[in-house]
Amino acid sequence: MALHATARRRLSFRIYRWSVLSVFSVLLAFPFVWMAITSFKQTSDLYNVDNNPFLFNETPTLEHVNLLFEETMFPQWFFNTMFAGAVVVLITLLLAVPAAYALARLTGRWGERLGIGIFLVYLIPPTLLFIPMSRVVSLLGLQDSLWSIIVVYPTFTVPFSIWLLMGFFKSIPRDLEDAAMVDGLTRFQAFTRLVIPISFSGILTVVIFSFTLVTQEFVYALTFISSASHQTIGVGVPIYLVRGDVYYWGSLMAACLIASIPIAFFYNLFLDRFISGFTVGAVK
Amino acid sequence: MATVEARGITKVFTQGERGAVNDVNLLTREGEFMVFLGPSGSGKTTLLRMIAGLEDPTAGDILIGGQVVTHLAPRDRRIAMVFQSYALYPHLSVYNNIAFPLKAQGVPKEQHEDKVRWAAELLGIGALLQRKPRELSGGERQRVALARAIVREPTVFLLDEPLSNLDAKLRASAREELTQFHHRVGTTTIYVTHDQIEAMAMGDRIVVLHEGYVRQVGSPREVYDDPADTFVATFLGSPPMNLIDHGDVLVGFRPEHLLPRDMVPGPAVAIGVRVTGVEYLGSERILYALIDRDRFAEQKVVAKLPATYETGAVDGRAMEFAVAERNLRFFDKTTGKRAASRSLTWG
Amino acid sequence: MGVSRGAERLGIAMFAPALIYIFALVGTPLFLAFLYSVGDVTVGSVGYRFVGLENFASVLQNPTFRGALWHSFLFTVGAQLIVIICANMLALALVDRFRGRGLVRFFILLPWVAPISLGAIGWKWILDSIYSVINWALVKLHLVGPFDTPMWLGESSLAMMSVIMVHAWRMLPFSTVILLAGLTAIPKDIPEAAAVDGAGFWRTHFQITLPMMAPIINVAVLFGVIFTFTDMTVVYILTRGGPYDSTQVLPSLAFFTGILGGDLAEGAAISVFLVPILVVIAWLMLRLAHRAEVV
Repeated sequence: MALHATARRRLSFRIYRWSVLSVFSVLLAFPFVWMAITSFKQTSDLYNVDNNPFLFNETPTLEHVNLLFEETMFPQWFFNTMFAGAVVVLITLLLAVPAAYALARLTGRWGERLGIGIFLVYLIPPTLLFIPMSRVVSLLGLQDSLWSIIVVYPTFTVPFSIWLLMGFFKSIPRDLEDAAMVDGLTRFQAFTRLVIPISFSGILTVVIFSFTLVTQEFVYALTFISSASHQTIGVGVPIYLVRGDVYYWGSLMAACLIASIPIAFFYNLFLDRFISGFTVGAVK
Repeated sequence: MATVEARGITKVFTQGERGAVNDVNLLTREGEFMVFLGPSGSGKTTLLRMIAGLEDPTAGDILIGGQVVTHLAPRDRRIAMVFQSYALYPHLSVYNNIAFPLKAQGVPKEQHEDKVRWAAELLGIGALLQRKPRELSGGERQRVALARAIVREPTVFLLDEPLSNLDAKLRASAREELTQFHHRVGTTTIYVTHDQIEAMAMGDRIVVLHEGYVRQVGSPREVYDDPADTFVATFLGSPPMNLIDHGDVLVGFRPEHLLPRDMVPGPAVAIGVRVTGVEYLGSERILYALIDRDRFAEQKVVAKLPATYETGAVDGRAMEFAVAERNLRFFDKTTGKRAASRSLTWG
Repeated sequence: MGVSRGAERLGIAMFAPALIYIFALVGTPLFLAFLYSVGDVTVGSVGYRFVGLENFASVLQNPTFRGALWHSFLFTVGAQLIVIICANMLALALVDRFRGRGLVRFFILLPWVAPISLGAIGWKWILDSIYSVINWALVKLHLVGPFDTPMWLGESSLAMMSVIMVHAWRMLPFSTVILLAGLTAIPKDIPEAAAVDGAGFWRTHFQITLPMMAPIINVAVLFGVIFTFTDMTVVYILTRGGPYDSTQVLPSLAFFTGILGGDLAEGAAISVFLVPILVVIAWLMLRLAHRAEVV
């Protein structure tokens, strides 16, 4: 079959695309597929080196999942993470939404400088601050409590959210608030009654991303919280699902899967909005 | 220099819907400046892109210089194109922008500098060679785009609305420069625009397109004086041609041919009107009126008069106007196509 | 754009809570980090004693520290090289719309979205010395003998490679998304103009597309460097820094020394070494944020 130059080009690009995507999808998603398989394999199947690990050589089982929910603190960790996430998101919204609006609208040249400053704060890593932070936490009497991370997490969710929201707010034309003020609203009323409802999708994006930042965090939770019952999923699962030197791989993998997939689902839903916020906000 | 031919070119984007371009047949002359004119959605840009090789036709063939190029890549067609946005490479200097086609086509390095300078001089941008596109004005960018196009000495130039991004004031002088450029270089050129003034001023021939169909191909005089259908008649000319419903046929006449009775010598048709509005534009006067004659009453007409002529026209005034018979055009009411001339029973 | 007095005050009022919060909870520990690094503080200590550069001196003499410093650079650079090349390839494959793109994107994003610790522990299972599925496959394909299987996390150079790979695995989705944004920001008629000018695919990609993406590639690299250089989770979970500190990096060493070891001052001193890199990156970011606008 003789192909025209253009058709040939298109075909070779299709081949490229599908080979690249298959290879990378497999490489990137494989650990999660593996988590899924491991979670449902019977222990005797899992630890039998002669068995083909890709097959269910014995019937799949829910024993690991049951163990996870009945005999470990997983449900507690899950609740802790959800609770902490919700409170942190609330604090973040209360602090970041007005701040982002102020930076986007009201502070002129200072707005630019402060915006950059906020962005730089986000780049300060927990691994630089965690040592003195642990002292601050114990000074506040919050050691080994969920409240320690609830108080500390906004230090990175707030700068990140301000940065994201600045982009969203800037894309709303000023005329809207000007018209409202001409109609008799104060600027703050224009903010609460007009701007916030319009930015709903931006705010929702910030909620999702802040929540994922909370669930992903490891260093602070590991440092500040010492007892298992107060721990989050991110630290509880890799650290406490072991007895001595023995990892309970079946339950461990089930826990990873349960903790990762829902987050991934929501993150994906909001990624496009994040990208448009990123390219607008990142470059001011 | 070569001719461009389109044979039965059709482009359908969505199955089942009307094509963007439908069965277009064209042949340019060597060295001709041909204009594709039409409103947005007429298919003029799609047609140009198929000639360039940026779109594949659904059916039909493109020939350049007598050779079938329908499935050849753009680089193999010996064409050059200037995009509406100029598409200058933002990270390269003007010099490197112009030199890029030479590099891409493997022209030996020693020849680059001479050719780039020649192209730059031709367009008067010799002093800008070290600048980057973002430092240039709109007019300067356009010239760089032209220089980049000419440097390879292509057989055909394709221009996609190159003046629409310029300020209105700049457009007239840019238009004149383009025409002179064409005279100097003489390459067959296809120019796409929605602006009928540009088309009339610059084109050797105009191809009027509407909804993917060619309505008429002709010299500016032909499409203006002898329009093939009502679309061409009303698209060209500002204000557009008057079209009066005359029972079984549409009668058309241009505003500049609708004059006060005593200004129209020879065989003419009298038209009594009642003035509804007058616009004074400095060089001319536009009169808006309604026909007073019974059967044709209440049909709107527009007249264009040189401002030097005092008509005494005011709102509400009834006046006797006329159109010379040779300036009447007749169009079929259903198809819109040009119909044979006939004598008018006006009354 | 002139702003009225009242509006200015409102702006400050709206911004102040966030500013105060960050100042208190970031500024204080940041200041303390430097204070500890030049002081004598342990978990149990009560007072503070200034000791100048003593901590830095002792830390620099420690071969474990020098190793960790070297490893931090090695892992960061290694992972970033892999990521940039792969992200470029992936972004090119994802730029056009096609059926199933959403689903593919979901799979590709998983490593970045899932909590780092959980992805790392997943890899720990895959790389387990006895039950590694990779080893099983290698043996089945007769590439290694059944008693010769690689100790992915137990042998120094393999462990280092494993850490680099897990970092690259985690960062790849993030960089791909950023590069994809840069790629789609290129106006459509630029590659068309290049095609008309006579450039084939490779010339267009290397001489036009990549240079135009350069600002955003730089942004992706800088983010990637920060996230990898300052991360302790991957090392902590995969190897705890072993075997014999061969995969130890600055942040994990700081953790072991400062928190587990209780020597806050020395731990702080180690983590302070992160600062020069961060400053350089921040400066580069600022320079490039302007360039990325002009695309």
